[in-house]
Amino acid sequence: MRSISLARLKELAWTALLYGLALGAIAMLLWPLLTVFGNGLQVLSWEFMSSSPVDAGRGGGIAPILVSTLGIVLVSLAAALPLSFGVAVMLTEGFKPGGWPATVVRCSLDILAGVPSVVFGLFGLSLFCRQLGLGYSILAGGLTLACMILPTLARSLAFSLEAAATAHRAGGAALGLSRQAVLLRVMVPVALPGICAGIVLALTRALAETAVLLFTSGYSDRMPESLLDSGRSVSVHIYDLATNVPGGTPNAYGSALALLLLLALLSFAVHALTRWMQRRMTGTTTGSY
Amino acid sequence: MTLPIIESISPPPSALRGWAFWSAMTMLALLGAAIVFLIVAFLLGEALPLISKGGFTRFFTDEGWWPRDASFNMTPMVVASLYLTVGALLVATPLSLAISLVTTFKAPSGLARLMRNLVELSAAVPTVVYGLWGVSAIVPIINLWSPPGASLLAGVLVVALMIIPTITVLTQSALQTVPVAYVQGAAALGVSENQTLLRIVVPAARQGIFSAMVLGAARAIGETMVVLMVCGNIVQVPTSLFEPVRALTANIALEMPYAMGDHRASLFVAGLLMLLLVSVLVAAGEWVGRRQREMGV
Amino acid sequence: MKTRTWAARHVGVPALWMLGALLCLSGCNREAEPKADTKSMRVSVVGASTIAPLISELAKAYEQEHPGVRIEVQAGGSARGIMDVRSGTAVLGMVSRDLKPDEQDLEHALIAKDGIGMIVNKSNPVAGLSKEQVIGIYTGQITNWKEVGGDDAPITVVSKAEGRSTLEIFSSFFGIPYKDIKAHVIIGDNQQGIQTVAGSPAAVGYVSIGSAEYEAGQGAAIRLIPMGDQVPSTASVASGQYAISRDLNLVYKTPLNEQVQDFVAYAQSKQAEDFVTRMYFIPVVK
Repeated sequence: MRSISLARLKELAWTALLYGLALGAIAMLLWPLLTVFGNGLQVLSWEFMSSSPVDAGRGGGIAPILVSTLGIVLVSLAAALPLSFGVAVMLTEGFKPGGWPATVVRCSLDILAGVPSVVFGLFGLSLFCRQLGLGYSILAGGLTLACMILPTLARSLAFSLEAAATAHRAGGAALGLSRQAVLLRVMVPVALPGICAGIVLALTRALAETAVLLFTSGYSDRMPESLLDSGRSVSVHIYDLATNVPGGTPNAYGSALALLLLLALLSFAVHALTRWMQRRMTGTTTGSY
Repeated sequence: MTLPIIESISPPPSALRGWAFWSAMTMLALLGAAIVFLIVAFLLGEALPLISKGGFTRFFTDEGWWPRDASFNMTPMVVASLYLTVGALLVATPLSLAISLVTTFKAPSGLARLMRNLVELSAAVPTVVYGLWGVSAIVPIINLWSPPGASLLAGVLVVALMIIPTITVLTQSALQTVPVAYVQGAAALGVSENQTLLRIVVPAARQGIFSAMVLGAARAIGETMVVLMVCGNIVQVPTSLFEPVRALTANIALEMPYAMGDHRASLFVAGLLMLLLVSVLVAAGEWVGRRQREMGV
Repeated sequence: MKTRTWAARHVGVPALWMLGALLCLSGCNREAEPKADTKSMRVSVVGASTIAPLISELAKAYEQEHPGVRIEVQAGGSARGIMDVRSGTAVLGMVSRDLKPDEQDLEHALIAKDGIGMIVNKSNPVAGLSKEQVIGIYTGQITNWKEVGGDDAPITVVSKAEGRSTLEIFSSFFGIPYKDIKAHVIIGDNQQGIQTVAGSPAAVGYVSIGSAEYEAGQGAAIRLIPMGDQVPSTASVASGQYAISRDLNLVYKTPLNEQVQDFVAYAQSKQAEDFVTRMYFIPVVK
């Protein structure tokens, strides 16, 4: 009897430890979030979301900045998704695992993941803004950002494809399907939820990034008229308000809260789109997987 | 309706289409891999004038970091970056693992979803906001304990908090790939739940967890804004957690706007050095991963 | 069923890319239109982040009066401003200091001044510091507030990063070579300095007077303190009594396009003064 209760005690202690650590960490994560909510709610309003900044952002709202941010994020996703898809497909199905092409691609992406964002910024400034003549523009910022989110996106895509591959590769081959057919019609639909999670993660990084965009997409807080216009992203706006504009802090928190709302909206849109695509591709609902 | 996919498959596509598809994928993958080489080439181009003047060793042997007097010793900043990364990883990994285990296996689904959403939400907080929060919340607390407050410890704590979402999200997906049969088998053998998690699930997912750690470390070492705001930015090799330090990234961000000539070139050398550090990190990760694979299966 | 998969592969997946491409195209089209009818003009202004918000606001006001002109402001530091103007990437550069001897190939226009004052935490009882005391603190000879009439607490010295014009002005005014400054915290921008000093009771730092006055008025836990006979306030900088100040300049290469000349004149005009004060800088008395 004694040993059983001891084992149970140990079990309870482990559960308590795990829950304690997890909830403690969540509480720590909540602290900055609550700071943002607490300070942000005082400024956030429809007025704030829909008007232009006044006095370098100390007054007014952030409407043009939200539009620029959306443009930058869409450009970066449009550029990074095909590249990441290629990388993920080649890593799971194309290259021989452990062979040198796979190793080179994987390592170069791992290194890319560790390049400091300042360096991406300087690189984008030199390549996209100067060499390719895009100037300080939403397009240049989005492309630079695409380089930065590429490793995150490629890794989660590869991860979910790999998971789908272990489950379905043999089955597809047994049916005599080509590798391409198995990939596109079986694995991709199965991996869609994972791919979607990867996109959300990449979006998150893209939205939270400052240093890259400070150097490439520009500083202008006007409503952008085209992708070649300079446009300030929300995080650059927050940076400027917090470090450069006296009295900018309240609106910095307001903008941070708006950024979180934007992310929630985008991630909801991505989830909805994924569900729709998965239904179209497999003729079933997500529930069956 | 469990096999709708098979019903809907058309005849195998022609070899030509397969070829086109795979070559397109290869092109995309190689293009993706090429970016890092482009970055290296560009950094080298900017840094070369200075490197050719005094060789590469001077960046470790000069008398100090006085860039305007042509003295470019980066050792203290490299050490600071490493300390910050290791420290943040040591703090963040157990916490992320705990969150992932709880959300994947232990918590009721409602609580698990709430926790997962909170983690994802905090990943979206811009680093500047973490920095602002660090300066107004963490630094004053450490300051009460041991001034000046802006220190290695403050950097470690805030950066750890910042990389928890990254590590957690990836660890969760690694845990989800552990075959259910392992868990069921362990339960059938009468192994307790926590023992199953710690002795079976975590080791089975260790490769995924490890790669999550590598990605977390890469984010930590590359982090700029937070480190710039909470670490105090003094160029020195710290002897305690409470001493201020300047990380390589912070140095780039701090001095780039005002640097010219050799000073500017030296900051590009710092960028190259960052790449080198990350490459070493990745190589170490690759090596450990390979060894684990060999030992594991 | 067959049509379904077909639709997914040939409609669903490419739809995403189409969306992106459409966005690009619509962007390019709209880009082309305004160029066609009005004689539109782009003026790029690059440089010090301190001045960028001010020029940004001036630019918006100027654009309203002169449709067709677009002034693109880009923050990146004084050095970038000088580099870009020299290379022709930018027409105007923003430089938050006096021009150096080797930069005399460029013309400059003074648009505002910015004073630099010492700040301590609000809870610090020290009423003021003499020039010698400041030198002592920043060179590490005075390490405790009780040595200058304050509480018994070790001093946390806050200084600016190398290359920042504020540091240059500070070190030349006090005659401390920048290598001899023994700081505990090094900061980049003004706001960071204010946050740092507000967060630690024993800290001392030097920041832009305008920002410090504004933040102190808004309840930040900081206080500007006099140095010897120098009492820091925007008023004393404006009247010329306060010695530690820096110039905020626009730099350019001659000859300057007429439209840009007009903008530079606007930035120095009476109308611009209002913007200068709203950004907590000090208008230049002509």
